Amino acid sequence: MSGIIISSLGKKLLMSLAGIFLITFLLLHMGINLLVIIFEDPMVYNKAAHFMSSNILIKIFEIILFGGLLLHVIFALILQIQNWLARPKRYNKANYSNTSFFSKFMIHTAVITLTFLVIHFLDFYIKAKFGHAAEIIVDGVAYHDLASEIMDKFKMLPFVIFYIAAFIFLGFHLIHGFQSAFKTLGLDNKKYTPVIQVLAIIYSTVVVAGYSIIPLIIYFL
Amino acid sequence: MKLKLKIWRQKDPHSRGKFVNYRLNDISADSSFLEMLDVLNEELISKGEEPVVYDHDCREGICGACGLYINGRPHGPDSLITVCQLHMRKFKNGDTIVIEPWRARAFPVIRDLMVDRDAFDKLIQEGGYVSVNTGSAPDANSIPVKKVYADLSMDAAACIGCGACVAACKNASAMLFVGAKVSHLTLLPQGKVESNERVRDMVAKMDELGFGNCTNTGACEAECPKGIKLTNIARLNREYYRATF
Ligand code: HEM
Ligand code: SF4
Ligand code: FES
Repeated sequence: MSGIIISSLGKKLLMSLAGIFLITFLLLHMGINLLVIIFEDPMVYNKAAHFMSSNILIKIFEIILFGGLLLHVIFALILQIQNWLARPKRYNKANYSNTSFFSKFMIHTAVITLTFLVIHFLDFYIKAKFGHAAEIIVDGVAYHDLASEIMDKFKMLPFVIFYIAAFIFLGFHLIHGFQSAFKTLGLDNKKYTPVIQVLAIIYSTVVVAGYSIIPLIIYFL
Repeated sequence: MKLKLKIWRQKDPHSRGKFVNYRLNDISADSSFLEMLDVLNEELISKGEEPVVYDHDCREGICGACGLYINGRPHGPDSLITVCQLHMRKFKNGDTIVIEPWRARAFPVIRDLMVDRDAFDKLIQEGGYVSVNTGSAPDANSIPVKKVYADLSMDAAACIGCGACVAACKNASAMLFVGAKVSHLTLLPQGKVESNERVRDMVAKMDELGFGNCTNTGACEAECPKGIKLTNIARLNREYYRATF
């Protein structure tokens, strides 16, 4: 059992489980965010966000989420450093092998995603929690007006560009990550792997499109 | 054919090593890659210089001794072959060919293009075998094996231990090699008995020897001269989890 943290395969196992958890979370998060542009009434989103920050189950989910992300990042960095050390002297002419393109840039897309996440937390999450966001009182309950917050943010072009660029790089991370996770879990065969590869592309496209459409619509409409 | 060669020369494991350029003017397109190197070495010897050291043995693609990183690919610009099966017709007149040794911490250079692949032997010592009591050989077919498993096992057993998978992998991971060995033995009833210890020991050894970690990139599968499939890595993962939990 102790092998799980010490061995390379154990680390990869935890990393892929955390990755799959993050993949599920991305869909949920996207669904809630889309409320901002689907409904005219900002209170729909504000109520959903309020529910997300007050429900105890969601609180637990949140802890697992941060733990999972932290674990994914820490193990990714440890494994990546070991990978660099495993080839101290590089090739003069390298990497002409026929391999999946995005898998070569996982650490690069990862660092971009991590940078984005840090900025994103400072931007929205901290505000939502400890926030300066304006309050709206409906039926005696105080809601943070996060919807307006989002609207204001995405009226600014640099934000729109930065967010969408980050989503695209996250998409690159996921095209390989999604299918890699299944192989790491031991699922790789003639029947399922092609299906998983197609799902990976569909999932990545949906995530990039779904998240990107929010700033786009807010900015242009 | 006229060729320009850019070859890694290194006197011993501790010296720094550098690329040296050579020119060959009259190489037959029908000669093999190693014959081309032999021609170069004869020229070098006749000039009183040190020949280029490289590994080779069977020269028919079965021993796994040869292994050169040619123009950015292990075993050169062709698929499913070893260097000794590579022919000069795969190159064009006037080409520059860059030849490097396998690069991995676990495979230190001994001299020029020859690397020390002891690490693979150490992995095999950790469980790449089936323990048997000595005595007369048991009857063939006394233990029935399902055809699917026999086939999968035979496919994995085709691995010749050349190390191209490690050389190709951007992480210098040995997962394809270990996956092939574990699959080859674990899929058969004779190898099943020791499967838990085998996979645990081999993975621990693999980590200890300084190979990198798998990111399911697939360069190993693309370059393996014996067509060992990536599915063997997934099986290695499964076997490891089963043995560990
Ligand atoms: C929401 C964000 C993220 C999701 C959904 C995600 C998902 C995944 C998945 C599913 C994998 C494949 C795991 C495996 O095969 O074992 C993966 C691999 C990886 N992730 Fe992430 N990840 C995210 C963010 C990050 C961040 C912030 C880092 C920062 C260091 C990171 C670094 C890596 C690295 C280095 C790999 C290994 C590459 C590989 O196995 O090919 N990821 N990610
Ligand atoms: S798996 Fe293929 S590339 Fe790796 S050592 Fe065996 S034969 Fe060579
Ligand atoms: S020399 Fe034996 S495989 Fe090439």
